[in-house]
Amino acid sequence: MIRNRREFVKVGGVLGLMAAAGLITMKEAQAQQQAWNKAAFDTKSVEDTVKALGGSATAPSGDIAITAPDIAENGAVVPVAVTSKIPNTQGIYVLVEKNPNTLAAGFMIPAGTEPSVSTRIKMGQTSNIHAVVKADNKFYVATKEVKVTLGGCGG
Amino acid sequence: MPDPMRIRATEQPDGVDVRVLMSHEMEGGQRRDSAGKLVPAHFISNVTVTHNGKPVLTAEWGPAVSKNPYLQFKFKGGKKGEKISVTWIDNKGETRTDEATIG
Repeated sequence: MIRNRREFVKVGGVLGLMAAAGLITMKEAQAQQQAWNKAAFDTKSVEDTVKALGGSATAPSGDIAITAPDIAENGAVVPVAVTSKIPNTQGIYVLVEKNPNTLAAGFMIPAGTEPSVSTRIKMGQTSNIHAVVKADNKFYVATKEVKVTLGGCGG
Repeated sequence: MPDPMRIRATEQPDGVDVRVLMSHEMEGGQRRDSAGKLVPAHFISNVTVTHNGKPVLTAEWGPAVSKNPYLQFKFKGGKKGEKISVTWIDNKGETRTDEATIG
């Protein structure tokens, strides 16, 4: 009886550990499942990022508006808003040319949502911000330079 | 458990305006601690906003999004009193979901 109980406790403990391990891998799997485009976030130039997103070339477009300060005092918090007037906009991507990794953020826009998003990003140094818009599986780009007086990546 | 998000959704003539402020350190993976060791990256990688169970915005973020990320956008088809739900997942598998009522 006692022996059985001990074995039961032992087995229970092992099961608990397995469950805990399982839970962690499950959580990781969940994060992976959300299809985070690692290849795109690892790229180091604007062209490579567009390639990783599935495009070949970008056409400059006047229908994309970037709202960002001309001079950002603090590179750790640069407010950026991108509005696209291109019909059938499917995605908006914010790229910072001189950051260690070019791609900062990507937004997928389903039908019914306005192709306009704002967020805040980090910039290591003065650089061009590129707003890449995916519409009808073509890629368009607009560019704006933001001067940074205090970098945001070194901390 | 990560801190709750602050979500504000307001009905406007041209759609529902959604503003979200998340609480996350968004460690970039470029910084060194006092011992000179790289601080590993820890950032929100995926954000999903749903309205009546239908996604109205999904985002993929890299470590270059600022600490305590802010997000603003607009969608059509929402009405006062309805609920929206925001979920984020970070690169360590932590996740948080918060709901807000459109006002």
